[in-house]
Amino acid sequence: MIKTDKLNFEYDDGSFKLENIDINIDDGEFVVIIGHNGSGKSTLAKLFNGIYLPNSGKIYVNKMDTSDEELIWEIRKSAGMIFQNPDNQIVATIVEDDVAFGPENLAIERSEIRNRVDKSLKTVGMFDYINKPTTSLSGGQKQRVAIAGILAMQPKCIILDEPTAMLDPVGRKDVMRTIHKLNKEEKITIVHITHFMNEAVDADRIIVMDQGKKIMEGTPKEIFSRVKDVRNLGLDVPQVTLLAHMLKDEGINIDDDIIKIDEMVEKLCQLK
Amino acid sequence: MIRDITVGQYYPSESTIHDLDPRFKIIASFIYMISIFAVESIIGYGVVTLFIVFLIKMSKIPIKYILKGLKPIMLIIIFAFVINVFFTPGKVIFEYRIIKVTSEGLYRGFFMAIRLVFLIIGTSLLTLTTSPLKLTDGIEKLLNPFKKIGLPAHELAMMMTISLRFIPTLLEETDKIMKAQMARGADFESGSIVNRAKGLIPLLVPLFISAFQRADDLAMAMEARCYRGGDNRTQLKVLKYTRKDLIGSFVLILYVASLFAFKMVW
Repeated sequence: MIKTDKLNFEYDDGSFKLENIDINIDDGEFVVIIGHNGSGKSTLAKLFNGIYLPNSGKIYVNKMDTSDEELIWEIRKSAGMIFQNPDNQIVATIVEDDVAFGPENLAIERSEIRNRVDKSLKTVGMFDYINKPTTSLSGGQKQRVAIAGILAMQPKCIILDEPTAMLDPVGRKDVMRTIHKLNKEEKITIVHITHFMNEAVDADRIIVMDQGKKIMEGTPKEIFSRVKDVRNLGLDVPQVTLLAHMLKDEGINIDDDIIKIDEMVEKLCQLK
Repeated sequence: MIRDITVGQYYPSESTIHDLDPRFKIIASFIYMISIFAVESIIGYGVVTLFIVFLIKMSKIPIKYILKGLKPIMLIIIFAFVINVFFTPGKVIFEYRIIKVTSEGLYRGFFMAIRLVFLIIGTSLLTLTTSPLKLTDGIEKLLNPFKKIGLPAHELAMMMTISLRFIPTLLEETDKIMKAQMARGADFESGSIVNRAKGLIPLLVPLFISAFQRADDLAMAMEARCYRGGDNRTQLKVLKYTRKDLIGSFVLILYVASLFAFKMVW
């Protein structure tokens, strides 16, 4: 779905750069890109969407080269993007008008827009708010409306740039549930960028970024079992993983690749 | 004070006036405005009053709510009245030192005040019964013919929509910044006017910076959603003339015709 080839990127003022990034994201995958502030994860997202263009190397979205200007709208149509601040990506004053904004730009017929708006709002669970003013919504609800707005453009892939960073825990949970649902039921490829470790636990694959470089890649179990490496990067591991790790250090016979609470419960019960 | 201004606010309700096509309502408002300034007799204003009261009743908006909108501009109305009363030459009916009141002045001052009141009531009725989105849509459609001479109709409408969308967001932000500054000892409420104006600088600077940041973010988000101007764009909601607009046109014609009729007779 998304493939980068020896990608290099530098801001005009030289303040930050991405070096030699090779990433390959398959159709239908749920990939989490993780890293702390300044690791280059948001820059990467903007490169995927053709907002920034690489200095050298290539990015292919759905086999289309992002540096080809003629393909840019096709690329943005197939890879939708959700941003961090829910307030700054809503265009219209009424929920349904905002969801319709994308399809309107694609010059889709009116009756079809109507169908898509209704369907996308139902998918994200915001159909009851269809005629509400966007300012009356909570952060999590706004973010779900933004997702519906992207969904109405029928993308193959959605890139989410820290969509939960400005939300309260309830909003965060709702958004996470929504994107997992899109991945499972609608088979949409998800690239989720975050610095919350617990949001990475259910991913198919995790990519860890640090100082503009890709430094780790693997399944959640593979990544989190390297507790020391992860913590050295200034990132957290899930609490249960840490607990398992500490138990093991104390000489208790337990796997140290536990990442979920249920798993921990099961393993603990099997101990003598 | 800000809360008293009803011009530009939308009053959601279900009425025939709300249902009318915004294009028709905008044109009708213009005709109405011209009519107020064309009328010169008491009888004529009687017709205007009947017409506007009828519209307010139809719109199901409480008269009190509309009159509240007059409060902030009361000063302007009084000012216009006073200027006209004292500075119109003519037959003097009252004199005290340099102050002269003429009958023509009273007459003109009175009409000027009445006109301003009708003007405000008429225009606020337009915005009160038309949602911002419909209003901008109507303006865009009405400006469309001028596209040929280079008027960016779609862009103007989009700018209006976005500013309307961001008004509450920025108000909220102002409130937040104000509270943050007050918590650190800033004083916005006392001192001379100069001092108070100076006190606004620490409020305005962060507000501007964040507004630019928001503009930047929004532009990026709009581009990511394939926005590329008004060409080749479809719309979910399309304006349509209905029977109600036809009836509305008849009412409007009746109104203008009766104004003319009274002018002839008088």
